[in-house]
Amino acid sequence: MRSAIFFILAVAVGAAIFAFCQLINNEYLFFAGYVVLQYVVLATAWNILGGYCGYVNFGTAGFFALGAYCTVAIHKLFPIPLPLNMLIGGLVSGTVGLGTGYLTLRLRGAFFSIATLALAVVVQTLITNWDFVGGARGAYVIRPAHAPLLGSYIEYLFVLQLALAVVAVTAARAIERSRLGYGFATIRDDELAAEASGVPTLRLKLIATTLSGALMGMAGAPLPYYVGYLDPSSGFNLAYAVNSIAMPLVGGTMTWIGPVIGAILLGAIQQIATVTISSAANLLIVGVVLVAFVIIAPNGIVGLIETQLRKNPT
Amino acid sequence: MTTAVLEVENLSKRFGGFVALDDINLCVAPGERVGLIGPNGSGKSTLVNCLCGTLATQSGRVRFDGQPVDGLSAHQRTRLGMARSFQLPRPFHSMTLADNVRVPLLYAVAARAGARLTAENIEARCAELLGLVGLDAKARRWPRDLTQVEMRKLELARAIAAEPKLLIADEAMAGLSHSEVDDLLGLLVRLNEAGITIIMIEHIMRAVMSFSQRLIVLVSGRKIADGVPQDVLRDPEVERAYLGQ
Repeated sequence: MRSAIFFILAVAVGAAIFAFCQLINNEYLFFAGYVVLQYVVLATAWNILGGYCGYVNFGTAGFFALGAYCTVAIHKLFPIPLPLNMLIGGLVSGTVGLGTGYLTLRLRGAFFSIATLALAVVVQTLITNWDFVGGARGAYVIRPAHAPLLGSYIEYLFVLQLALAVVAVTAARAIERSRLGYGFATIRDDELAAEASGVPTLRLKLIATTLSGALMGMAGAPLPYYVGYLDPSSGFNLAYAVNSIAMPLVGGTMTWIGPVIGAILLGAIQQIATVTISSAANLLIVGVVLVAFVIIAPNGIVGLIETQLRKNPT
Repeated sequence: MTTAVLEVENLSKRFGGFVALDDINLCVAPGERVGLIGPNGSGKSTLVNCLCGTLATQSGRVRFDGQPVDGLSAHQRTRLGMARSFQLPRPFHSMTLADNVRVPLLYAVAARAGARLTAENIEARCAELLGLVGLDAKARRWPRDLTQVEMRKLELARAIAAEPKLLIADEAMAGLSHSEVDDLLGLLVRLNEAGITIIMIEHIMRAVMSFSQRLIVLVSGRKIADGVPQDVLRDPEVERAYLGQ
């Protein structure tokens, strides 16, 4: 199936999801759905670098919060439409992603992961000490009373995040089936052999870190308008990093659908747990599910299904 | 005189205080079949790594096809037409065999041709390459389903897929049976007849002797002999390195 057709289908699925939520007509559904969609984008973005290239990024929260803080800064200077904010957040986080790629190009495995974790800490420290965006106090971002087109602002945020998810998933799927996807996979498998086969591993790694960072920044840009109040400890929350690793691992890292499944599953469970049990149970659930999957299905849900299909070809 | 495919001048490589390669000079003419031998640890694989850009050298110059390649990365050298197989097979584990040989087609051959190869061309070429080494029946299988011997064949197929001018086969035949060695030798000779210059690194003397038009011997990082195979083997220094005094 060609990417254009897939994109149209994805848009149709997105429209159906939005129509369904409209039908239920409960504001809370949009609140909860927004978070799940945000994780679909984060998990997909993480998977471009972590799943396709095999570089495990622990710094998702850094790229994500950077996007959010771009919005805070712009909001204080000169408020612009949110879609533009998302583009700027993506641009800034993408640039930081490119820089991270350059700085860590010699690091592999756990060393790369630790460097990304350090990056998130550095960015958080900078933001905490930058008074203009609220510093350690945090910043209030008053959401406009009316959203363009839809009226309800939470529906507007939902639609934007939904659109970003559609774009991110389509991009991930297109990469997977392209020359670039083959190149990414060779990096994951064996970089020496990849170079010997003519694959420019450094350039591809930089493409992956940039793309992954940019999508994370775009996912974070609407956050200040969603929460209304943003401080460094919530923006750079470790939960973003943990979730965006756990979701692709639970779903399966080899394909575009894996992170989507993982994000919807874990994201929905967390949202349900927040209302039914307590919001503190969130990370505990992620941890338990992750341990269970590492033991039962190391290749995620997609891997589990593939193995079953291979056993019973009928 | 035609330009040499490969010219190496005063190449040296040290790992800390250990001198792995000491002032190597060699020259390979287009279409030649060269055997590179030496005892374990003599620097054969290090030389390959230095030639292919996997390792950086301390001093010396390498020219490929008349063009200096010092400072070029491994993938750039592959695109220029220098391909190698690894001593220990390094297949792409998460890809089918067909996709393993597809990678050099997508990245090395397509980059050289300038234009993109059509999907059908690539598909046909993958099957053809696997057929060359007798793995066409397993095109849809994964490397984990292969035996060591088959993995060596895959390694060779992937190197050939880059359509090189110079192929460096690093112990492609280790562990193969008598008839399999003959098969691969036949394949390498056919590739050579099609115009590919080949450097063969091998411990199986039968294979080296029947294949090589010229033999180069490395001992402790130094080149101690270079010439017609029969003469080289009679060289007292080579005898001493291989048999002791």
